[in-house]
Amino acid sequence: MFPVIKNDLIAPKLHRLVVSAPRVAVARKAGQFVIVRQGVGEERIPLTIGDADPQEGTITLFVQAIGTSTQKIVNTPAGGSLLDVAGPLGMPTEIKTWGRVACVGGGVGTAVLYPMAKALAAAGNEVTTIIGGRSKSIIILADELAAFSHDLRISTDDGSAGCKGFVTDSLGSLLVDEAVRPQAVLAVGPAGMMRAVAEQTRPYGIHTVVSLNPIMIDGTGMCGGCRVQIGDEIKFACVDGPEFDGHQVHFDGLVKRLAMYKAHEENCRLLAS
Amino acid sequence: MTNNLSPKERLAISRALMPAQDPVARSRNFKEVNLGLDEESAIKEAQRCLLCKSRNCVSGCPVGVSIPEFVGALAEGDLAKAATILQRDNALPAVCGRVCPQEAQCEAECLRGKKGESVAIGNLERFVADWALHHPQQLAPVETAKSRGKKVAVVGCGPAGLTVAGELIGKGHDITIFEALHDTGGVLRYGIPEFRLPKEIIDIEIDRLVARGVKIECNVIIGKTLTLDDLQKEFDAVFLGNGAGLPVLLGIPGENLNGVYAANEYLTRVNLMGAGQSEECTTPIVRGKRVAVIGAGNTAMDCVRTARRLGAEAAMIVYRREEAQMPARLEEVHHAKEEGVQFVMLASPLEIGGDTDDWVRWLRCQKMMLGEADASGRRRPVPVEGETILLDADVVINALGTSANPLLTATAPDLVLNRWGNITVDANAATSLPGVFAGGDIVRGGATVILAMGDGKRAAQSIDNYLKSS
Ligand SMILES: Cc1cc2nc3c(=O)[nH]c(=O)nc-3n(C[C@H](O)[C@H](O)[C@H](O)COP(=O)(O)OP(=O)(O)OC[C@H]3O[C@@H](n4cnc5c(N)ncnc54)[C@H](O)[C@@H]3O)c2cc1C
Ligand SMILES: Cc1cc2nc3c(=O)[nH]c(=O)nc-3n(C[C@H](O)[C@H](O)[C@H](O)COP(=O)(O)OP(=O)(O)OC[C@H]3O[C@@H](n4cnc5c(N)ncnc54)[C@H](O)[C@@H]3O)c2cc1C
Ligand code: SF4
Ligand code: SF4
Ligand code: FES
Repeated sequence: MFPVIKNDLIAPKLHRLVVSAPRVAVARKAGQFVIVRQGVGEERIPLTIGDADPQEGTITLFVQAIGTSTQKIVNTPAGGSLLDVAGPLGMPTEIKTWGRVACVGGGVGTAVLYPMAKALAAAGNEVTTIIGGRSKSIIILADELAAFSHDLRISTDDGSAGCKGFVTDSLGSLLVDEAVRPQAVLAVGPAGMMRAVAEQTRPYGIHTVVSLNPIMIDGTGMCGGCRVQIGDEIKFACVDGPEFDGHQVHFDGLVKRLAMYKAHEENCRLLAS
Repeated sequence: MTNNLSPKERLAISRALMPAQDPVARSRNFKEVNLGLDEESAIKEAQRCLLCKSRNCVSGCPVGVSIPEFVGALAEGDLAKAATILQRDNALPAVCGRVCPQEAQCEAECLRGKKGESVAIGNLERFVADWALHHPQQLAPVETAKSRGKKVAVVGCGPAGLTVAGELIGKGHDITIFEALHDTGGVLRYGIPEFRLPKEIIDIEIDRLVARGVKIECNVIIGKTLTLDDLQKEFDAVFLGNGAGLPVLLGIPGENLNGVYAANEYLTRVNLMGAGQSEECTTPIVRGKRVAVIGAGNTAMDCVRTARRLGAEAAMIVYRREEAQMPARLEEVHHAKEEGVQFVMLASPLEIGGDTDDWVRWLRCQKMMLGEADASGRRRPVPVEGETILLDADVVINALGTSANPLLTATAPDLVLNRWGNITVDANAATSLPGVFAGGDIVRGGATVILAMGDGKRAAQSIDNYLKSS
């Protein structure tokens, strides 16, 4: 049992949970995730470790309620508990001093991006953070990111916060200007957004890292379900990733595999409602 | 009851048939297929045993179960005695009685099998073990050993780790098992389906160990949550029984299409997560109408029979050799056939094709024939030039096998591995690191339950010796 210490709603459907998981809190590095099972009969799902406090023995999770399992998790109140939390899993973010780094986050991807951007800034990079979403209400962690970012740029589709437009517009303006062009780009968000970023940086040959989110079960390389095609090779995102060279990722396959259980999920929602 | 039949009388008894669920009904449910012998037929079967002095059967058992003794006690109707002997020699008899490839082990060596049918040792083992599980009060309680103040960490809660834990708790050591998944049993839980090995049996065995003082911590991944180094600092000895959980990929076009599963994923969804088995389980699984399973070992049989139970109209085994060469247990093949599984032999997968949404539609195979015998004496399959076989399929399952998972070993650079990534051990199950022992599939590659347990038994002895001298 892993007690939930805090559970705050920070944007529509998006919760910040502080969970007691002492061993994970000590071992965890930026970019790693845990596999969570809320209760008996529930699915095992991957969630990035947003932050950790090794002294307190807690980890922070940012969870967007999009389906059955994430809904059950965000419905767990402080004082309740998650049945299983296993990790930290995956390879940590490669923290190098690149110089200028642009960190691009979309939707809940911003939460996944947060620990990586923080670690990159701590390593002495000049971090420009670009976050975005449909509208103001789903912009999260702006203050937390601003605290270590050289520059924080916000874009919303409807212009209700920051600039009107997509994160890629904002990134584009950095790329064209040689004086501010980043040496590395990190992008986390929906597959479509990550693909767009990778296509944008490809002509400049800028090192581009994306964090992939295929469907997982064990998270230890045992089931092969999280396989993604990277260049000519098949990799397991849970052990070889979740971060990969964005220029090598076959996004088409990823998007199609993510839809594998769509019919089932819809069925579950119908049953639940 | 006495067991003083003449050899002639024993020879006159014919082998007891294992009663089973009706094939049509069971091919649509997950309940255990074999129903177990009743007491009368078990005793009669036991009386077939000639109690040979040569004990050939025992030499066929990797852990040396005292077969004539336990079978003899059963033939006398003394179930408690039979159970005590069996439990002394084998930590998981109810499991082994069900899943050992007996025809290649103990029963292969049975003298009665030389002319006619061997004694049904596996079925008798199952009978006695099940009786013991349900009559614990009739057995002498296991004595708790005096604490010796040494701590041992066991990595992995499969048959190898469980055996080590059982042996060492009995010698007074303090045992903690660390398991990566959220539940116990290893392949017994996530791999072998309910219809062959009910989960209840694993639960009872685990409860017995916990009652004896073994601590089990799930959700701890050694190499990630804790390192081997951490364990070496905190414990006096470590046993690595982390299994061979890494799927071998097909390496053919179409492997990443929707509806293509590695056997481990397919079985884990159904067995560990309960997908397709109850409405309460939220883990999804694709229920194919036409399911092609590549491979012909126990794993392949488990997948294909699971597919039938999930509703497949056509469930096929696709294998590049012939039926006689299939590595699965005979009983599994026999049961699969009864359940309507189709066997596509001499077919080697070339390509998986899909539709525009990347869903599997077909599997194309190279037609094979058997050529010259190779070094192992098996005739090698060779392609029949220009001939292919096209199978309609909406789910394809890769059951080619598994290899060593590097998650743990990659974080222990000083641990010596062989070229396949398996941990190298000496005859005492000792690895290259002092105080670190290993056994089971992580040493052998995918093998059998009883071999993993044999390794565990040997390792436990070595660990005990090591702790005495340290
Ligand atoms: C390494 C990794 C880290 C992640 N970190 C976070 C995080 O920090 N916070 C967070 O909120 N989410 C994160 N996710 C995504 C999260 O795991 C999924 O949202 C979750 O599995 C959906 O489960 P569900 O039962 O609630 O939704 P479902 O009912 O299973 O699915 C709802 C919809 O989402 C799709 N879907 C299913 N699985 C995924 C998936 N893995 N990713 C995206 N879409 C999916 C389905 O096809 C369906 O359309 C991460 C995923 C990975 C692989
Ligand atoms: C589908 C299937 C059917 C089979 N059928 C039969 C059969 O009929 N008869 C037979 O004799 N054999 C059968 N086998 C083979 C048999 O199950 C294995 O040989 C046996 O389970 C090996 O035991 P083990 O203890 O070495 O490993 P496993 O049973 O694999 O257990 C290893 C355990 O370690 C855990 N683990 C792995 N890595 C870590 C880590 N880093 N930290 C912590 N824990 C970790 C795993 O989660 C797992 O629980 C079958 C195998 C499969 C896959
Ligand atoms: S453990 Fe397996 S091989 Fe040994 S006697 Fe029992 S069934 Fe036969
Ligand atoms: S070899 Fe067969 S008949 Fe002889 S003791 Fe063993 S089981 Fe009995
Ligand atoms: S989640 Fe099973 S191999 Fe990655």
